[in-house]
Amino acid sequence: MYKDILQSIEGVEFYAIAAMIIFILFFVGIIIWVVKVDKGYIKEMSELPLKDDHNESLNENVKLKNLTGGNNEV
Amino acid sequence: MELEKFSYDNEIVRKFALATTIWGLVGMLVGILIAVQLFAPAFNFDIPFLTFGRIRPLHTNAVIFAFVGNAIFMGVYYSLQRLCKARMFSDLLSNIHFWGWQLIIVSAAITLPLGITTSKEYAELEWPIDIAIALVWVAFGINMFATIIKRREKHMYVAIWFYIATWITVTVLHIVNSIEIPASFLKSYPIYAGVQDALVQWWYGHNAVAFFLTTPYLGLMYYYLPKAANRPVYSYKLSIVHFWTLVFIYIWAGPHHLLYSALPDWAQSLGTVFSIMLIAPSWGGMINGLLTLRGAWDRVRENPILKFMVVAVTAYGMSTLEGPMLSLKNVNAVAHFTDWIIAHVHVGALGWNGFLTFGILYWLIPILWNTKLHSKKLANFHFWIGFLGIVFYALSMWFSGVTQSLMWKQFTPLGVLQYPNFLETVLQIVPMYIIRMIGGSLYYIGALVMVYNLFKTVKQGSFVKEEQAEAPAIAKFKDPFRKGSYHRWLEGKPLTMLLAALVLILIGTFVEFVPTFLVKSNIPTISSVKPYSPLELEGRDIYIREACNSCHSQLVRPFRSETERYGEYSKAGEYVYDHPFLWGSKRTGPDLHRVGGKYPNLWHYLHMENPSSMSPGSLMPSYPWLLTNDLDVSSTEAKINVMRSIGVPYPDGFEKIANDELNKQAEQIALDLQNNGVAADPNKEIIALIAYLQRLGTDIKANSDISGKAGK
Repeated sequence: MYKDILQSIEGVEFYAIAAMIIFILFFVGIIIWVVKVDKGYIKEMSELPLKDDHNESLNENVKLKNLTGGNNEV
Repeated sequence: MELEKFSYDNEIVRKFALATTIWGLVGMLVGILIAVQLFAPAFNFDIPFLTFGRIRPLHTNAVIFAFVGNAIFMGVYYSLQRLCKARMFSDLLSNIHFWGWQLIIVSAAITLPLGITTSKEYAELEWPIDIAIALVWVAFGINMFATIIKRREKHMYVAIWFYIATWITVTVLHIVNSIEIPASFLKSYPIYAGVQDALVQWWYGHNAVAFFLTTPYLGLMYYYLPKAANRPVYSYKLSIVHFWTLVFIYIWAGPHHLLYSALPDWAQSLGTVFSIMLIAPSWGGMINGLLTLRGAWDRVRENPILKFMVVAVTAYGMSTLEGPMLSLKNVNAVAHFTDWIIAHVHVGALGWNGFLTFGILYWLIPILWNTKLHSKKLANFHFWIGFLGIVFYALSMWFSGVTQSLMWKQFTPLGVLQYPNFLETVLQIVPMYIIRMIGGSLYYIGALVMVYNLFKTVKQGSFVKEEQAEAPAIAKFKDPFRKGSYHRWLEGKPLTMLLAALVLILIGTFVEFVPTFLVKSNIPTISSVKPYSPLELEGRDIYIREACNSCHSQLVRPFRSETERYGEYSKAGEYVYDHPFLWGSKRTGPDLHRVGGKYPNLWHYLHMENPSSMSPGSLMPSYPWLLTNDLDVSSTEAKINVMRSIGVPYPDGFEKIANDELNKQAEQIALDLQNNGVAADPNKEIIALIAYLQRLGTDIKANSDISGKAGK
C-alpha cells in the first residue's frame, strides 16, 4: 500500500537521503566548531551561571565555597 | 567601568513557584484517583464528571501544563534575569503571562470534566482555550525576547538557547495541531482526517514531550545543577553539541507512536531511525549533568537537593534510552497499547520532571526568602519516599504491560487464542494496578512533606521581593574573544538563534509531512467507505465526549493475534472521514475498530448501563446517563456544514434533512431494542452511541472491493 502512495511522489527516496545528508553536515559542522573554539571563551561561558552569587550569602554552597577558597577545580 | 543599578523581579518567581506546588498536588491527586478507578470502578461514582475517560486528560493536562508548565516559568523567570543581568522586560507582561496561564488551567479543569474535548492527547482543550494559550504564550515570548535583547551580559548561556528553542517549537506545534473548524462555541473538528490527523497529532504529542517536558528542563538543568553543585557544567562544549543535535533530531521521531498503524511504512521507519539517533544527544546531556558532580559525590550524600537532581538526570537518561528501545518495531509490537508505555512516561514525569522540580524548589525557596531550608531531614525523607514511589510505579507497570501483552499474543498448540476473553488479561494485572496506586501515593506523600517543609521555610524567612543588582551596560562591554566565529556570532543574537532553531525543526517537519499530506489524493480509496450518518456523527461526538478513546483503540494492527481477536486489520482508507482520528494509544479495554455488528444493539444498551451485567467482573465505568440524557441535535446542521467544508462529501442540502435522517435511524434502533424487551427512547444519547459503535469498521465488510491493493 505505502509503495503505491510513495511511488506517486516524484523522487521520494531523495527525502530520506537528503535528511541524512543534512544531518551529517550539520553534525560535522557543530563538531568542527566545538573543536576549534577558544578555550577561554568556553570557560567564561560555563561559569556564567555562577557569577551572580552576591545575594546568596546564606546559601550553604556559597559558605562552603568561601571556606574552600573557590572549590572550582575545573 | 560604569555600573548600572537595577533589581531582579522575584515576585513573579514566587507566584509561579506557588502555582507549581498547588497544581502539582492537584494533578497528582487526580492521578491517584484514576489509578484507583482502574481497579475499583465504583470510584467512578457513576457521575459523568468523575469518570475515568474525562478525568484522565485532566490528570495529564494538570501535570504537564499546570505543574511542569508553572515550574518551567518559575525556573525561567529566575534564571533568565540572572543570566541576562537584567530585570524582566515588562512586569505587566509577566503578570499577564502568570494570570493568563492560571486562567487557562482553570478553564481546562472545568471543561475537561464536562466532556468538552477535542480528543487529541495533550491537546484536548477546545478552540477558544487554544486561542487563549496562543495569546499567553506570545506574551511570554515577547517578555522573554525583550529581556534577552536588553541584557547586560554579552553572551547567551546554553540554558537560554534551550528556552528559545522551547518557545519557538511549542509555538509551531500548538498552531499546526490546533487548526480546527468550530462547529459551535465549544466544539470543533480538526481539518485533518484519519492517517494525516494521526501523524500531525503524534508529531505534536511527541514534540510536546520533547519541547515542553525536555528542552526547557534541560535549560533548567544547565542552570540549576551548576548552581546547586556550585561548579560549572562538566563540558560546555558537550552542551553545545547536545543542544543542536537534540533540537534537530527530536522533531523527526513522532511517527514512532504509530508503528504498525495505517501510517505509511516509510514514515514509521523514519521515526524509528531518528529515535535511535536520539540516544546520542540525550545521553550526552545526561553524562554532562552527572559528570558536573565528578569529584563532588560526597556532597550528593550530604545534600538532598543534589540527590533529587542526580536521580532526575538519571531518570532522564533511563527514559531516553527506553524510548528509543520502544521505537524498535519488534519491541513496540509488545509494548504498544500496554502499561509499559505508562511506566515509560512516568519514569520521565515522576523522575525527570518531578525530581528536578523538587530539587529546584528546595534550592530556590530558601534563596527567595533569604533563609535556610527548614528541615534537611524532611527533604531527605521526601527524596527516599518519592524514589520508592517511582520504583513501585515503574516496576508494576512494566510487569503489567509485558504480562498483558504476552497474554494477548498467546496461542494454544491448536492455533487459537489462549485468552480470547480480553477481560481475563485485565483481571490478571489488577494486583499491579494496586501496587501502582501505592507507588503513586508514596510519591504524593513525599510531595506533601515538601509543601510542609517549604511552608515552614517561608514562614521563618522574609521574602526578597526586589533583589538589587548592578552590572556594566552591554555597550561598554567588549567581547574579549573577538576572533571570528559563526557560533559566537549566532549566540549573541537571540532572534537569529530563534530562526536557526526554527529552520532545524521545520526540516524534520517538512520531510515527515510532505509525503503523508500528498496521501490525500493518493490514498487507496475504498469505494464502500462512506461518511457517517448524522446519528452516527452525533454518536461519535458522544464517544469523544466520554473519551472512550482513553481506554479503547480503533486500530487493529496487522498481527495474527490481533486479526484473530478483532478481525481484519485497519486500512488507511477506512479513516478518510475521521475528523478527528480516534486510534487511541492505550488498550485498557479491547480495540473497537471492528466492533460494528459484533454484538446486538441490546448488548450495547445494557453494557453501557452497567458493563458488568454483560461482562462479569468488567472494570469499565457505567454510563447510566446516556440512557436518560436527550440527544442534543441543535448543532447537527452546523456539524454537517463544517464536515463538508473540510472535505467530507455530504451532498448539498443534506444539512437541511440531516435531523430527519437522524430521527429515522434512531427510530429503527429504538424499535429493535423495544422488540428485544427494553423500553428504549429514540431521543436518548445511547441510541446515537449505539449507531456509531455498530457502524465502526463495517464499511469494508459491506463491500470487499478495495482498490489499490491495500492488502499488500
